Amino acid sequence: MTSAPTAMPSDTGPDAGADAQAGAGAAPRPPRAAVRVRRTGRMRPTGRLRRTALPYLLLLPALLLELFIHLVPMVMGILMSFRELTQFFIRDWSRAPWTGLRNYELAVDVNRPVGEALLGSFLTTCLFTLLSVGLCWLLGTAAAVFTQESFRGRGFLRALFLVPYALPVYAAVITWVFMFQRDNGLVNHVLHDQLGLGGAEHTFWLIGDNSFWALLTVSVWKGWPFAFLVVTAALQNIPGDLYEAAALDGAGVWQQIRRITLPSLGAVNQVLVLVLFLWTFNDFNTPFVLFGKAAPEAADLISVHIYQSSFVTWNFGTGSAMSVLLLLFLLLVTAGYLLVTTRGRRHDDAC
Amino acid sequence: MPARPRSPLDPPLSFRAVRAVFLTLLAGFVLLPVYVMVTSSLKPLADVAGRFRWIPGGLTIRPYIDIWHTVPLATYFLNSLIVAGAATVCSVVIAVFAAYAVSRYRFRGKRLFTVTVLSTQMFPGILFLLPLFLIFVNIGNSTGVALYGSRGGLILAYLTFSLPFSIWMLIGYFDSVPRDLDEAATVDGCGPIGALLRVVLPAAVPGIVAVAVYAFMTAWGEVLFASVMTNDTTRTLSIGLQGYSTQNDVYWNQIMAASLVVSIPVVAGFLLLQKYLVAGLTAGAVK
Repeated sequence: MTSAPTAMPSDTGPDAGADAQAGAGAAPRPPRAAVRVRRTGRMRPTGRLRRTALPYLLLLPALLLELFIHLVPMVMGILMSFRELTQFFIRDWSRAPWTGLRNYELAVDVNRPVGEALLGSFLTTCLFTLLSVGLCWLLGTAAAVFTQESFRGRGFLRALFLVPYALPVYAAVITWVFMFQRDNGLVNHVLHDQLGLGGAEHTFWLIGDNSFWALLTVSVWKGWPFAFLVVTAALQNIPGDLYEAAALDGAGVWQQIRRITLPSLGAVNQVLVLVLFLWTFNDFNTPFVLFGKAAPEAADLISVHIYQSSFVTWNFGTGSAMSVLLLLFLLLVTAGYLLVTTRGRRHDDAC
Repeated sequence: MPARPRSPLDPPLSFRAVRAVFLTLLAGFVLLPVYVMVTSSLKPLADVAGRFRWIPGGLTIRPYIDIWHTVPLATYFLNSLIVAGAATVCSVVIAVFAAYAVSRYRFRGKRLFTVTVLSTQMFPGILFLLPLFLIFVNIGNSTGVALYGSRGGLILAYLTFSLPFSIWMLIGYFDSVPRDLDEAATVDGCGPIGALLRVVLPAAVPGIVAVAVYAFMTAWGEVLFASVMTNDTTRTLSIGLQGYSTQNDVYWNQIMAASLVVSIPVVAGFLLLQKYLVAGLTAGAVK
């Protein structure tokens, strides 16, 4: 999971006052001195200069690093995508011949193998992301709602549900690889030997068309606890008297969930779904550990596809063009999504 | 719907039944791989090579001894620890200063900075992998500084995802610490840095812990950069675990034992610190 859970600007306007009530475990200490007098005197010129320069000084390390790890690589990636960059030019990439838009033409030409494979991988990734995000959201929300109220064993369950999220990806996914083994795996043992489903012949799960479902299972198993964590955190902010008032008015528990719990998740859901989308769409770790360097066609996610085009067939130019196209697609989707979800809402950004 | 008003503390039977069934199934789904991991790690090789069995035929701790010899697991462990630890420390320390500046000061370019930081989080890792790989190789060729294949290079690469996340989460968290606190500290004679270190940081501990836990976990489980940017001596666990599969045999019991060994530190740490993570998410991201 290379992409991190993010927060969207519309939901976290740096609005100090409103945030303060949210910091559940962060009861801030009272100031040591009870003096709360603002400094009113005019600042001395040197102090003023220091004040203007200070934020930049504080930012300096972050800026330098951002430059080196994000900006330069990105510019370079774009430049690389216009070049015929094969293994012969790795030692000095600037000598690779300039080819203009040829890499892009190659990537989008669906009548030729490279473009056709990329389109296939893209469509697979779209379908996979749709299903995975939907299921993760559904399971996470349901589990959070069901564990909102206290009952015996709730603390244990909550901790247990976070285990897939906490396990290192490769350790968890490699266990699934073992479970999906054709002859000595648990899945076939249960399905074929114990339940008698699907005939006596054991199914292949990690090659062929079934690999899509294997990948989806692992992805949901790994991803839903994040939705659970976020929704659980959000549920803690719903005031209890809302439920009490609803109960007094005669609303049953299902009605309370439908009328109070779910509607108050609106803003959180928007962030959550976007984060899950970006995370799933960009996921490399899960398919890579599950299938290795070359994923089966039915489960060929775009990240692995680009990795393979670049590091296995050693064509960095085409790989870069594919990366840039992927980025453009993600930017478009994110911008569109933010536009739709934040329309009509006050954009309280203090910057 | 029942006619009698019910309080949320007194859910009807239908609700409790659905809840019990759902939570049981979900717990089973979550636990299945954990069960397989634990039991298979205690089976002899003949047992994991044959048809799957729910109950191990014979228990052995042999895999836990062998994992250290089949592959240099201790080296990989140490590499992972160094890389993930350093990436975490670097990103948290740098992010603290940056987030403090964004949270407490108005300055030109602030919006540009926050938007840039936010948007880099959505970029696929593969986008940075290719150029970073070439940059590292070229720096090595022209200056002799070996970044490619070194732990330092991997730490830098891991900052591409842990730094923006840390900055973003900490901005949200620092915003939730009342400004009055550092103003009072300034009145008491602290400089801005003093106010940050003595007042804001202690109040923001849950947020910082959440960010650190997240950054460490992500780096500990990272596969993409590790698969390209490491060599035999700097290999991390995420790639090293593949060494238990040879041409002839796959030592599933050892793979499961090693998986368990490398998981226990992070899972334990995560479960211990999870209340900070929930608090951090609440203040920093969800609100």
